[in-house]
Amino acid sequence: MNLLDFARGPALQWSLVIFVVGVLWRLLGMLLLRTRKDLSKPRRDAAWKGLRLIALRSWPRKEFLGGTAFGEVMGYAFHIGFLLALFFYVPHVLFFADISRGLLGTDLHGLTGLHWPTLPNGVVTLLSAISIAALVAVLIHRIVNPVKRLISNFDDYFSWLVTLGPLVTGMAAFAHLGGWPYERLLAVHLLAAELLLVWFPFGKLMHAFTIFVARGSTGMLFERKGASL
Amino acid sequence: MSSPLLGEFLRSRGVTRRDFLQFCTTTAALMGLSPALVPRVAAALAQARRPSVIWLPFQECTGCTESITRAHGSTLESLIFQGISLDYQHTLQAAAGDAAERARETAMQENWGRYLLIVDGSIPTGNKGFSSIAGRDNLSLLQEAARGAAAIVALGSCAAFGGIPGANPNPTGAVPVSAIVKDKPIINVSGCPPIPVVITGVLTQYLTFGKLPELDALGRPRSFYGQTIHDRCYRRPFYERGQFADSFDDEGARQGWCLYKLGCRGPTTHNACATVKWNDGTSFPIEAGHGCIGCSEPGFWDKGGFYQPLSTGQWGSARTLGVAVGVGTALGVASAALARKRQKDAEGA
Repeated sequence: MNLLDFARGPALQWSLVIFVVGVLWRLLGMLLLRTRKDLSKPRRDAAWKGLRLIALRSWPRKEFLGGTAFGEVMGYAFHIGFLLALFFYVPHVLFFADISRGLLGTDLHGLTGLHWPTLPNGVVTLLSAISIAALVAVLIHRIVNPVKRLISNFDDYFSWLVTLGPLVTGMAAFAHLGGWPYERLLAVHLLAAELLLVWFPFGKLMHAFTIFVARGSTGMLFERKGASL
Repeated sequence: MSSPLLGEFLRSRGVTRRDFLQFCTTTAALMGLSPALVPRVAAALAQARRPSVIWLPFQECTGCTESITRAHGSTLESLIFQGISLDYQHTLQAAAGDAAERARETAMQENWGRYLLIVDGSIPTGNKGFSSIAGRDNLSLLQEAARGAAAIVALGSCAAFGGIPGANPNPTGAVPVSAIVKDKPIINVSGCPPIPVVITGVLTQYLTFGKLPELDALGRPRSFYGQTIHDRCYRRPFYERGQFADSFDDEGARQGWCLYKLGCRGPTTHNACATVKWNDGTSFPIEAGHGCIGCSEPGFWDKGGFYQPLSTGQWGSARTLGVAVGVGTALGVASAALARKRQKDAEGA
């Protein structure tokens, strides 16, 4: 078994297994916690309005713009670039379709008759470069800013590293950089993505699943207490 | 051995100056040289002495020889190739037996340190009887010939990377030239077989400039192997638009869409097929409707099925993931129950 076979086979399977087990464990462990009964009379009854906080927190507040604009812009640049490259790059789409066929016996086209759209390689390359630039910028900001540096721990830096890994190795594989055979570059890219999957449930990357739940529940709490959203 | 100038030789074979210049222009372009250098290439090539070349075929199928000699018709490439002083090639030469071996030994002695050694086929390192010539095993023949060579051209994927004889389970212990010879410059002209013009292009560059071409990390001339088939494929726009043939006889295949999903290795294969093409520039495998099988890359025979897409993940079944979902759910529920108990205990305390 060569490195690519290992990356495509056992490493892929085990990383997905760890990802699924870890995400379900953490999510259910949090969602099934007891919520303390609030005996006070709610200020406002329409608790579902609190869900507005999910949208409101996704946009900078005018009052704090000066302090948060950098993080907001870089955050959006990274996330948009990363997600578009992940879900609309041709080989990724074929890879997901292949996994889908392996698991379900069919892919999106077989299920719905629809074709998953893809982006031109040039656009994906640009998006990946933007994502990498944004990641580097936020790391520099984290190190330079004394407050952020103080509150940063291993989780922050390691999560940053495992997020950067697939982007950099993906770009290297696409551009055939480093004088390595493509198969080795592809294997390293797959392993980098698999490391991301393995670390995902246990570090701050889990925010992908918890962020909207947290904002929604906070918003509902605020609404109940009559706080201004 | 007589060694007239290459220009004289070609004229004697009826090659016109126009044809010769056209060849020089094409070869210069393929080598990435400026058009201003074409006269220099032509002058140097016309004045070049026919170098002594010793060609040792080992574990091979004669496809590389077939490619360069183009049995179906004489081309300028084959004439240029004949223009070298091919002092030993047991498939092509008229002499046989002791006479052939004496020709090799004489050529080696007369041109010691100057001759070009071409090797096609891999070298078995197992039982010496796996492949031998005139009672000599391939390994000792290569070691002896390599000592007196100015440079070595490993012709074809077998000589360059082990090729099909070296494929799993490699019963003969086949290795490429580079695994045996460590102290001579080696040019890997890979392919199964290599494109004729790539072979002559490398020889032309050697004759013209007296030095080896710039090589990539795998020892292949950058001028021919610098880009992937995919980079220059005429079906590339379909790849960019996400239009793929799903089978060899569907509408996509008829429309000439990208063959990536049918296992095309174009994105991982460095070669000049998409630009130079085969059979006098007639076509190449992708143009003929079949994906590239990546024959100019190391270990191409052992990289999974030729019809599996490159992106293929080797996923077993849904059962493993189903078990993972079950275990994750059980762990989540159990840890929540434990936490709830702790919460309750804390409230009661």
